[in-house]
Amino acid sequence: MQTFYSDLLVIGAGLSGERIAVQAAEAGFSVIVLSIVPARRSHSSAAQGGMQAALGNCAMGKGDCPDVHFADTVKGSDWGCDQEVARLFADTAPIEMRRLAHWGVPWNRVVPGKSHYFKGGEKFEKVEEADKEGLITARSFGGTAKWRTCYTSDGTGHAVMCTMDNRCAELGIDVRDRTEAIALIHDGSQCFGAVVRCLRTGELHTYLAKATAICTGGFGRIYKATTNAVICDGGGHAIAMDTGVAVLGNPEAIQFHPTGIVPTDILVTEGCRGDGGTLLDANKERFMHIYEPDKAELASRDVVSRWMTHHMRQGKGVHSPYGEHLYLDIRHLGDKHISTKLREVDDICKHFLGIDARTQLIPVRPTQHYTMAGVRTDKDGAAYGLKGLFSAGEAACWDMHGFNRLGGNSLAETVVAGGIIGKKVAEFLQGFEVSFSTALVRDAVTKQQARIDAFIKGTNGSENVYRVREALQDALMDGCFVFRNGPDLEACVKRLQEIYARSQKVGLKSNGLGANHELAAALKIQGQVKLGMCIAVAALARTESRGSHAREDYPERNDRDWLKRTLAVWPEGADMPVLSYEHPSRVWEIPPGDRGYGGGTIIPAEKLPGKDD
Amino acid sequence: MARLLKFNIFRYNPQDENSTPRMQEFVLEETVNMTLFIALNRLREEQDPSLIFDFCCRAGICGACAMVINGRPGLACQTKTADMDPDITLLPLPVYKLIGDLSVDTGAWFRAMYQKTESWVHTTKVFDPTQLEERMDNAVAEQIYELERCVECGCCVAACGTARMRDDFMGAAALNRVARFVVDPRDERTDKEYFEVIGTDEGIFGCMGLLACEDVCPKQLPLQNQLGFLRRKMGITALKQLFRK
Ligand SMILES: Cc1cc2nc3c(=O)[nH]c(=O)nc-3n(C[C@H](O)[C@H](O)[C@H](O)COP(=O)(O)OP(=O)(O)OC[C@H]3O[C@@H](n4cnc5c(N)ncnc54)[C@H](O)[C@@H]3O)c2cc1C
Ligand code: SF4
Ligand code: SF4
Ligand code: FES
Repeated sequence: MQTFYSDLLVIGAGLSGERIAVQAAEAGFSVIVLSIVPARRSHSSAAQGGMQAALGNCAMGKGDCPDVHFADTVKGSDWGCDQEVARLFADTAPIEMRRLAHWGVPWNRVVPGKSHYFKGGEKFEKVEEADKEGLITARSFGGTAKWRTCYTSDGTGHAVMCTMDNRCAELGIDVRDRTEAIALIHDGSQCFGAVVRCLRTGELHTYLAKATAICTGGFGRIYKATTNAVICDGGGHAIAMDTGVAVLGNPEAIQFHPTGIVPTDILVTEGCRGDGGTLLDANKERFMHIYEPDKAELASRDVVSRWMTHHMRQGKGVHSPYGEHLYLDIRHLGDKHISTKLREVDDICKHFLGIDARTQLIPVRPTQHYTMAGVRTDKDGAAYGLKGLFSAGEAACWDMHGFNRLGGNSLAETVVAGGIIGKKVAEFLQGFEVSFSTALVRDAVTKQQARIDAFIKGTNGSENVYRVREALQDALMDGCFVFRNGPDLEACVKRLQEIYARSQKVGLKSNGLGANHELAAALKIQGQVKLGMCIAVAALARTESRGSHAREDYPERNDRDWLKRTLAVWPEGADMPVLSYEHPSRVWEIPPGDRGYGGGTIIPAEKLPGKDD
Repeated sequence: MARLLKFNIFRYNPQDENSTPRMQEFVLEETVNMTLFIALNRLREEQDPSLIFDFCCRAGICGACAMVINGRPGLACQTKTADMDPDITLLPLPVYKLIGDLSVDTGAWFRAMYQKTESWVHTTKVFDPTQLEERMDNAVAEQIYELERCVECGCCVAACGTARMRDDFMGAAALNRVARFVVDPRDERTDKEYFEVIGTDEGIFGCMGLLACEDVCPKQLPLQNQLGFLRRKMGITALKQLFRK
């Protein structure tokens, strides 16, 4: 058994993981970063649209400042976020964008003079100021008062990921691809590292560290329809939940994106609508302006996804062998715009749909996209429940997104939070020593080896892991998708209980040797069902609608009873999660109010929680 | 009636003593809009769970799924079966170390390349968080991005005759990486310093200019232009060095 030591072990080499690693390495600590895939293939690289930061350089961003960004973020969250964290984020984002420019990101820049843009299918003119020439420019994204989304053509995530990974290479940080953490090593109060499966050989290795950070991204793959990469499967959340003490924040807060293509659910960026793309129904007519006269296609994602679903229920959807869908229209943006600013979209249409977006409509429907839910941390990124455990990025519930995150805010979060939390990790490591118990480490490894042996021998049964996963995905699509209601959620919980029992009886069909993928799937299936169960149970308990959590039987946002954050833990040996609640925020710079889009009534709070205690 | 697709897939798991390199045949019924991503996952989930191959984004963005598809390196996830004969042969990329079946170790190759090319902006400037960003012409930013689009899939290297003959040849992806920093005004490296990295037969002078690399690049990177640009630039640098001696 090989053992590796470092001051900091980062699980996940996406933007958040590598940003923390850079910060800790710059402070002089030794860092090892693990990743299932080579770092640059992390899902961060798939983000096309951009990152929000209030630089206010472009004409349409004039007058922007962190206060406005902060307000947009709080409103977007439907007042579910921690306002202290949202403030920290909005204030730091501009500096972080400049730092990325210094490290090498080729941000698009302001070009002075007249140019055109589209909004709601109409053409408008704007004039960029001469004295801003060459500064970082921005584009429009849903749910924002100003144009604030910094971008590099339509490969922002890819470009920033390249730069961050280059920075890691420059600092000599040990980034190890094809390594997957399958369990945390802990004693119930402190975390000491992880048991890791090498995806080249299948061997188990031990990684011991004074601090461990979970930066494993989202868990969209537990849904059948998702924009996420196949590795966004909740492995990191599963190992956190398995400790029995780490906490999942707001599991019911899952975002759906309005424009996944049909049938493969690949995302076409919100930038399409930001740049003036429109949504059309079966009659090739626009409809969003009927529901949202002001923002129309640019209302926040949860709102657009819901109106799309609603419109299809009104019989206005397009029928296809893959179910109903609507259309995205970017034809009027023209060849030049599509082949430069929206090139990836152009490629996706060509390669996966065989259509030309200049002349044809793109079939789209709402699809799972983002998990606001995540490993609950405090504002320093320290995980609840285990000392020495941190989390950042989409994997975490830090919580600047509350019940809905704005487009462009999560890619920005990865680097902003990564920088802030990296600094806190470095402070934590300063002068901190631990002693590793060899018995604890041996037990952790033995337990994982025993699990693997049982899968290979079929000791617990012969359930097919892929069938169990499919059952989980179907149950969540039926019970925990865009709209939710009591009876469906109850049925979903029941189904998940059966699926959980099946997940405990999984056995392999293959021999499990080497880089075997069936074993990788088996190792996380039980954790994935647990995650699904947390979503269903928390969604059933929350008898209100807030952000992306839309209860048909409780359509109002209930600030009187539900201005709170759900916390879920799965105690060791239990068959169901235990829920509790906490105040979402202690600071209320902006008291709860109307978002200005999405409609719906609000039951006001009598007193702001957490304010006086 | 849907077509029946016949897949001939290379099989070998180096971690399994009982495994020997061989071709194995699978049959699958085609569905509408089927890609090799859909097909291979169905084969693994329905027929043989021991099949090893890599996918990540399944959207042609991350470069994880490169393999030799009917004799040509390409991204499996953006290959539609409708565009192919029903007889499909899949092999792992050559040059890279085999992990199992269709999966190869591009990760280790590219991490070594970052060190060889020193794949980062070399600058003596220190970041000052209180200052505005340094200005850059938008056209320059777009030029850098154009070369930054490489997804490190490895297709260009797998298709390159030179890289297949000698494993110390840097390959088009590495040379393109150097070009990315040459056009970046933030990088303070001089031509002479770049020459030390690529001015050899392992670098730009080993390239035979046959351009198999550009042909197979799924991101249509302008590799021909970049290789020509570097060859000229490094040729001049070589001459200058001769005269200085
Ligand atoms: C298609 C798409 C487009 C998007 N576009 C935008 C956008 O335009 N703007 C925006 O703000 N946001 C966007 N997002 C969201 C944003 O991209 C993500 O939230 C963000 O990139 C997540 O970064 P991360 O660092 O947290 O995780 P990721 O980048 O997902 O990285 C996770 C890392 O963890 C590793 N990992 C996972 N499990 C394990 C394990 N068990 N052991 C070891 N390693 C592990 C993976 O290998 C990977 O390296 C988009 C998301 C999608 C799906
Ligand atoms: S042009 Fe050069 S790099 Fe490209 S395939 Fe030929 S020898 Fe290889
Ligand atoms: S240059 Fe093209 S073919 Fe080569 S690794 Fe990059 S994307 Fe792939
Ligand atoms: S899986 Fe990402 S490019 Fe094919």
